Amino acid sequence: MAIDSTILEDVPADVAPALAAAAPNKRKLLFLRNSKALTGLAIMAFFGVIAVIGPWIAPYDPNAIGPDLLQPPSWSHWMGTTHTGQDIFSQILVGTRGVLVVGLTAGIIATLIGMVVGVTAGFVGGAGDETLSALSNIFLVIPQLPLIIIIAGQLPSAGGLTVAVIIAITGWAWGARVLRAQTLSLRKRDFIEAARANGERTWRIVGAEIMPNLTAIIAAGFVGTVTFAVLSQITLAFLGVTSVSDWNWGTILFWAQNNLALQRGAWWWFVPAGLCIALLGMALTLINFGIDEFVNPRLRSTGLRARDLRRRGIRPRIGFTPVVRETPAPGAAKEDQA
Amino acid sequence: MRFLLRRTVFYALTAWAAVTINFIIPRLMPGDPVKAIMAKYQGRLDSSAEQAIRTLLGLQEDKSIWQQYVEYWSLLLHGNLGISFQFFPTPVAEIIRQALPWTVGLVGLATIVSFTIGTLVGTGIGWRRGTWADQLLPLSTFFSAVPYFWLGLICIAVFSVGLGWLPTNGSYDRSLIPSLNAEFIGSVLYYGILPALTIVVSSIAGWILGMRNMMVTVSSEDYVTVAQAKGLSERRVLFGYAARNAILPQVSSFALSLGFIVGGTLVMEMVFSYQGIGYVLYQAVTTHDYPLMQGCFLVITLSVLAANILADFVYAGLDPRTRQEG
Amino acid sequence: MTAPQDVAAPPRAAEPGDDTPVLQAVGLRKHFPVRGLRSHDVVHAVDDVDLELHRGRVVALVGESGSGKSTIARLLAQLMPVTGGQILLHGQDATVRNRRGFCAYVRRVQMIFQDPFGSLNPVHTVRYTLTRSVRIHQGKLRGQALEDALTALLTRVQLTPVERYVDKFPHELSGGQRQRVAIARALAADPEVLLADEPISMLDVSIRLGILNLLKDLRDRLQIAILYITHDIASARYFADRTMVMYAGRVVESGDSESVTQDPKHPYTQLLVRSAPDPEDLDARARGARGEAPSLVRPPTGCRFNPRCPFATDVCRTEVPPLLPVGEGRLAACWGYSDRPDRPSLGSVLDAYGQRPAVDEEHLAAVEGVQR
Repeated sequence: MAIDSTILEDVPADVAPALAAAAPNKRKLLFLRNSKALTGLAIMAFFGVIAVIGPWIAPYDPNAIGPDLLQPPSWSHWMGTTHTGQDIFSQILVGTRGVLVVGLTAGIIATLIGMVVGVTAGFVGGAGDETLSALSNIFLVIPQLPLIIIIAGQLPSAGGLTVAVIIAITGWAWGARVLRAQTLSLRKRDFIEAARANGERTWRIVGAEIMPNLTAIIAAGFVGTVTFAVLSQITLAFLGVTSVSDWNWGTILFWAQNNLALQRGAWWWFVPAGLCIALLGMALTLINFGIDEFVNPRLRSTGLRARDLRRRGIRPRIGFTPVVRETPAPGAAKEDQA
Repeated sequence: MRFLLRRTVFYALTAWAAVTINFIIPRLMPGDPVKAIMAKYQGRLDSSAEQAIRTLLGLQEDKSIWQQYVEYWSLLLHGNLGISFQFFPTPVAEIIRQALPWTVGLVGLATIVSFTIGTLVGTGIGWRRGTWADQLLPLSTFFSAVPYFWLGLICIAVFSVGLGWLPTNGSYDRSLIPSLNAEFIGSVLYYGILPALTIVVSSIAGWILGMRNMMVTVSSEDYVTVAQAKGLSERRVLFGYAARNAILPQVSSFALSLGFIVGGTLVMEMVFSYQGIGYVLYQAVTTHDYPLMQGCFLVITLSVLAANILADFVYAGLDPRTRQEG
Repeated sequence: MTAPQDVAAPPRAAEPGDDTPVLQAVGLRKHFPVRGLRSHDVVHAVDDVDLELHRGRVVALVGESGSGKSTIARLLAQLMPVTGGQILLHGQDATVRNRRGFCAYVRRVQMIFQDPFGSLNPVHTVRYTLTRSVRIHQGKLRGQALEDALTALLTRVQLTPVERYVDKFPHELSGGQRQRVAIARALAADPEVLLADEPISMLDVSIRLGILNLLKDLRDRLQIAILYITHDIASARYFADRTMVMYAGRVVESGDSESVTQDPKHPYTQLLVRSAPDPEDLDARARGARGEAPSLVRPPTGCRFNPRCPFATDVCRTEVPPLLPVGEGRLAACWGYSDRPDRPSLGSVLDAYGQRPAVDEEHLAAVEGVQR
């Protein structure tokens, strides 16, 4: 049968969909346009800068004792002093580095372990999967904080990096489990079969086909782990379990608690540290929100659009698409015809 | 059937691993605990006592690690968790038995309250978007990002020291003797308000967020639209269709968090000097009281395991799809 | 197995339809074990299937869901091991045992999948997907050589101008365009055999003809042997030279497409062909087909169609019918075409179902009540 080549020529031309043809770069920037993620990143960047330059711009040495004992905030001491005259503002500045270093290190290590274990378990299947799953389940079930406290409490001088490693070792399991579930569902997708049928090597399939689809989840897991690491480290320092010579925000609170800052009414001793921790935690959570909304488009701007609709007198409800008929301007009618 | 079998095997394996880890950790740490306890009693105990202590703690130097391990297991299975160094000669099991109810009672109640309120709020926010209630989410997130103990301290500063409404610490009025009468119970509740409040405020964000996200996902599913198109009342659709499906992961998380009740409120108990198991563990760590440490850790791990088992079965009961998989 | 060099450049004779089939399956069997605590049950997905693919000719494999046709495609692509039977490439056993064997096999036998969106990785552009394919099969090309190869592939599937498509993501293309990209990916290997697993089922009806014509073009110009799997027997008639009908894992009829679709011999094929709704024949609605596809874990004994067949007799229920000749180059697996004395007597399938010549409201309601 002769082929009608005119049919073939016409078919592809006009069928291209009217989607906004976002080039690859624009897709990634979509994430950054999310206001929540932007705020979170800005705060993180701010703390990052402080972490780097903190010790240099601190007005006083955090350990240096001074004459002004337990003073409220003033011009010479922006956040007041401790009961031995140490400047709290300097302590906070210097402590930022400790917090961020430990948090990020723990996050990176835990995410790496989680990635290796989770994706391998999901992709390999069979006995390997069972073993790795059992391993990560064990770590998942064992309570983290008590374990961290016990381990850290036994090591005589647990420095920052040791603490980071311990936190990572106890905290990788959740990410591994999530990645395994995602890999399992991705493995059944046709494009993996197609890659296999095309002759792709296994490591290329895992690295170049599966991993790129997991970036959002890995990012969310990383942020969550960093949050957990920061809070754990602060808690450890507060309990006095880790070495109190390394400055971090938890150490400040440790001294505050030990010297009965509360009862003395010295609110400036423990409020700034707590607020900084809260701010950092908020920033990380906001970033996570941003990632969530990027991955699940239904969560985007749920509040904004609804407020907009309400202003027009439409009550937003589920499963209900509002149709607003507006009388068009006379000149616009012609354009509609196109 | 196969599902049950697999889960049972897994939990048995995890329990064994937990006990083994429990056994290993103190032995990895530097220092000889027996010498430490001897030093503590400063010569009031003679050398024969040292041998007795070694046997009691299973740290005999002439026995191999494997033998110590086996003896540890046999002690455990008899319910003997050893004797505390710190509170010598009180057995560890006794200490834990006294402390556990406080933790479970307070934190259990607080978690249930937090879960209920959080889930309801999350359902509301997820269903009806764009109301003032949306502000609750960032607010509660802020409170959950605040480190727990700091929030506790602030609460104490404001409500106890500042306003004098609630007591600063303790689990009950120390002038009372623990007994089951109304005065004592009333005192317990009174002292428990602030810790419970702090737990609720701190943890509610997680429940709200989880439920809201699930509600948003579920409410865009077709069966919800069908239910509305059928003409069912909004309340019916919300609770009977949308929430019923959205709550599945929440329930699973809730059961899991029951396990963390026992272990995760260490800090709360420290801040409020509440005599729960977390406080006991903390004391044990700072005084290098190995048997007590091991005992607490074991109890915490086993309760997390038990909560996981509960979570699995509850989820299997609620979600028919999981039953098919086995 | 022949050395890789020989495999990479097979001879291309000018005239279509050599005698030796390019790809041949003999007695193909695939049983999937059913997971259970104590069960030894298997899903009899494919049983005793013989298939031949010749250069420049299309064989259509028609059947409903669960008939085993997709499994056959995956068996022929060697994505899963066979439980029984043999696969022959140019007359020689082609079972792959290692990575190298698989690579060599894949260079000659390629597959395209049903879901055009699912078969392309959503995070990679068309350029990346085709480059991977080119790199695997044509060597590590770079720069201009690579660009030329990509242009050649996209031109061959009529996605021109090339610049418009090469840097797009799958979600920016329409279904038909995606399927063309998938075909281009398969063509990078310069295969002799193309296994098309329901390539147009998920496309809009208006686009289907374009893809089918493209496949026809490939068959004629490149002399590729194509296995066309579908549930739509009408497209088989349009596109394929030979048609094979499958039911519950077994082949029930085969022959040239025209005869199979115009004059079906096996009762199941008759049902397939004639069950298309005809607005001029309202009576047919009352005479609708009954029953569902059988369980493949415990398939019916004897001929697997017997529970639904209006002509089934005892022999049909006990013995599996072989493929019997029913015409010039035609086979049908039905005892009705044998010489046995106890064979069933066949008639028109749809007439056998219905009792009344005109539409009767009561009857219609009763039929619909039964089906619910």
